Amino acid sequence: MFMENKASDGEQPRVGVYVCYCGMNIASKVDVEALRQFAEKLPNVVVSRTYKFMCSDPGQELIAQDIKEQKLNRIVVASCSPLLHDATFRKACAKAGLNPFYFTMANIREQVSWVTANSAAATKKAKALVAAAVARVAMHEALEKKRVPVHADVMVVGAGISGIHAALLLANAGKKVYLVEREPSIGGHMGQLDKTFPTLDCSACILTPKMSEVKNHPNITLWTLSDVQEVSGFSGNFKVKVKRNPRFVKLELCVACGQCVEACVFKEGRVPDEYNIGLSKHKPIYMPFPQATPASVLIDPNACLKLSRGKCASKCVEACDRAAIDFEQKVEYSEVEVGAIILATGYQLFDATKMPEYGYGKYPNVYTMIELERLVNAAGPTQGEIVMRDGRKPKRVGIIHCVGSRDKRHHPYCSGVCCMVSLKMAHLMRERIDAEVFNFYIDMRTTLKGYEEFYDRVLHDGVNFVRGRVAEVTDWAMTPGEEGKLVIRVEDTLIGVVRRIPVDMVVLATAMEAHDDADDVRRKFNISCSKEGWFLERHPKLAPVSTFSDGIFLAGVCQGPKDIPESVAQAGAAAAEALSLVDKGFVEIEPNSAWIDADTCSGCKTCIPLCPYHAISRDEQKKVAVVNEALCKGCGTCVGACPSGSAQQKLFTDQQLHQEIEGVLNYV
Amino acid sequence: MRYLYYPGCSLKGTGKAYDESLVAVFDKLGMDAKELPGWNCCGATAYMSVDETKAFALAARNLALAEQENGSDPIHLIAPCAACYLVLNKVQKYMAEYGHLREVIANSLKAVGLNYHGTVKVRHPLDVFVNDIGLDKIKAAVSHPLKGLKVASYYGCQVVRPYAEFDDQYNPQTMDQLMNALGADAVDWPLKTRCCGGTLTGTVEEAGLRMSYILLKEASKRGANIMATACPLCQFNLECYQGKMRGTFGDSIDLPVAFFTQIMGRAFGLEAKRIGLQRLFVPVKAAPAMA
Repeated sequence: MFMENKASDGEQPRVGVYVCYCGMNIASKVDVEALRQFAEKLPNVVVSRTYKFMCSDPGQELIAQDIKEQKLNRIVVASCSPLLHDATFRKACAKAGLNPFYFTMANIREQVSWVTANSAAATKKAKALVAAAVARVAMHEALEKKRVPVHADVMVVGAGISGIHAALLLANAGKKVYLVEREPSIGGHMGQLDKTFPTLDCSACILTPKMSEVKNHPNITLWTLSDVQEVSGFSGNFKVKVKRNPRFVKLELCVACGQCVEACVFKEGRVPDEYNIGLSKHKPIYMPFPQATPASVLIDPNACLKLSRGKCASKCVEACDRAAIDFEQKVEYSEVEVGAIILATGYQLFDATKMPEYGYGKYPNVYTMIELERLVNAAGPTQGEIVMRDGRKPKRVGIIHCVGSRDKRHHPYCSGVCCMVSLKMAHLMRERIDAEVFNFYIDMRTTLKGYEEFYDRVLHDGVNFVRGRVAEVTDWAMTPGEEGKLVIRVEDTLIGVVRRIPVDMVVLATAMEAHDDADDVRRKFNISCSKEGWFLERHPKLAPVSTFSDGIFLAGVCQGPKDIPESVAQAGAAAAEALSLVDKGFVEIEPNSAWIDADTCSGCKTCIPLCPYHAISRDEQKKVAVVNEALCKGCGTCVGACPSGSAQQKLFTDQQLHQEIEGVLNYV
Repeated sequence: MRYLYYPGCSLKGTGKAYDESLVAVFDKLGMDAKELPGWNCCGATAYMSVDETKAFALAARNLALAEQENGSDPIHLIAPCAACYLVLNKVQKYMAEYGHLREVIANSLKAVGLNYHGTVKVRHPLDVFVNDIGLDKIKAAVSHPLKGLKVASYYGCQVVRPYAEFDDQYNPQTMDQLMNALGADAVDWPLKTRCCGGTLTGTVEEAGLRMSYILLKEASKRGANIMATACPLCQFNLECYQGKMRGTFGDSIDLPVAFFTQIMGRAFGLEAKRIGLQRLFVPVKAAPAMA
């Protein structure tokens, strides 16, 4: 018979039903008073009430009072999504002395009033959902949240400005931090920039103090040339395996005097220099850049004769009076335990050769923006002198915005920073070499603090702005004035004509994009990516640095394009999230985990590969599957898949689900 | 691979030399590509701008006829004229995408006892030579390497746009590769796909002339001593109006413009008449290795 069963704990259920108006959100579609009267007549229901805002203090108080006075032992709230207020009402129950898991919610807002046009139909559906909740809640059991202790150390992956900032905050708070970077030096893209917008402070001047703070911080273990290989465990208790590639130079001995580089048998550089985007070359033994941190040379094993062919006079070894060079160094693996992980793996830049119409790689005087950053930088390949690949100095420069971004053929998104970078560069070209500058833009996006003012300043600098997506960069001259120039062909959409603008130098503001290996990284850390490859935050507004894997947080551009201030702010938020997790000392685990009935489990292993959280293993002695409760997220995959019905899940037992279904069906 | 050859109207008229040289080259390379029996206009001409649906129905009739020749392998229909190539491709894509159009065309075909299932592959001869026959086999057929011939490969606007079926849309390469395989030097120039003026030359002559002139001038400036084309209308515009261009722009334009298949034929040592060299207005004799 319908809901005449005894409750799960043998007591007679005494259910209270609370129907929320949610202002007009629910009440405008659902006849809440009719719903209340309907609920009142359902079996086991002792009391049924409505209230304008059930989640408010007086609303919660109503429930608590009834629990005490009416001796209620089961509570149903018909309101919004449990994602929003499950915790609120559980707390209200607990406060009144009722186990919080003797509670369930019927979602009559997101699932009814917001998605139903017809008022009568809405009320009918709301009644069915309430009937189901009343039937289900009778089967609820008292549960306890489990507490698991957490490891206090934190790992930060990626040591650009975001990773550096997050690591320093945590280290200053007294936490031990492992900072893992795959390049030979920390600093990331910010270390390659000349000036930063809109204040025009020198990028290196504001970054390098933080880099040396990292190096000298007693709480930070810095691993460069290193990659995360494997991550296991769960929030509060991760185990991470890090691969550490050899530098072939002993870090603790090298003082970066550079005598080995001087002495190398190669008199000229041979390897395109990554720091200078290939605009210069370094020797097989080299210092990544003057302020590189750690301040140590390293050897490129592919270019070094000793390491690649085994034969070399090894002049570098002779030159080093500290005996720091060590050709015998091997790959090492380190395994550490941490409570939280912050991913700050950054971005790569769009490959401009994918847009052959702009001639990058074909015409030597077409540059990418990051190349120009190096070219104008005093520590760059030309010591800051702006000389093009053909040896000339540019008198007219064309800067093309949105290269690879806002383009359905490549990336549909706006890369965010390129307008400001282009403005900054236009300003520098005016200031440093008095060049005539043209900026070709689709829309100007200068939304943050001080940005529009900077745009205005650049307009007054005399920079030309042409609104239109550039069609082509060509060396085809139509007039004598165009001979020897790069001609930018563009529709100027403000005056409605197609223009040909001859320039000496073309600069492509290429889009930020996710790393090619972003998908491998996300798999390793068991997080999600957006379709563009950016790591996915848990909630775009309310959990912007959290991920769907508890204990793993995001900082900087790996989550989506952003500039330096935004990256730093996000790094701070990620550090705070990590700190609030590891500082608490324990994690509480929702008791909705699955369990396996060892008496009926046949040990078939069907469930093991299906579990997305790697929470199931096999007890080889008992030959049965076992769920690690700390890892289980309660997704129910194993429960559905188990051929013998041995996998069960708390809060979703067969009995509870059958009652819920029966509740809906009986009403319909 | 089973080929059929769809010449289109131009190759039986102003583009006769394209037809002659292509058939001669097929023969030399041992390709079996007989003419599609009963073919009609592809629909490119005035039809397309007057009534698109009728133009598509015309094009589809050719495809349906080709499909009747299907054996165990589908037919590859070679369409050398750039406009035919584009329209035949376009009707394939439109029929696949738009159910309504597919129905209208199917009804038209039914009225003449035909139907079409979409199995024919429309191919440009550049695609067939480079990707099916292969440059190695072409190199092997060369008896008179075109030493000193500097070719501006001109693809025109329709071969790679809007559909880039076999080559890069912005900087196509197949004709350049082919020319280099013949012992000539393909000149690097940026106007490979810029419009020749098309039918403008017949309507707004000054505008059309200017567009062709830009191409010829740039090719000459880059050191080309011949231009290779893959389209009968391009060839006509670029070659036949050079006298007028000299008058209009006061410039000494004098550049032979040949079908790329004529240049192939020359390298294969085929007789001048077989590949229609005598039909050209600007004599190719001036160009090295073409005499």
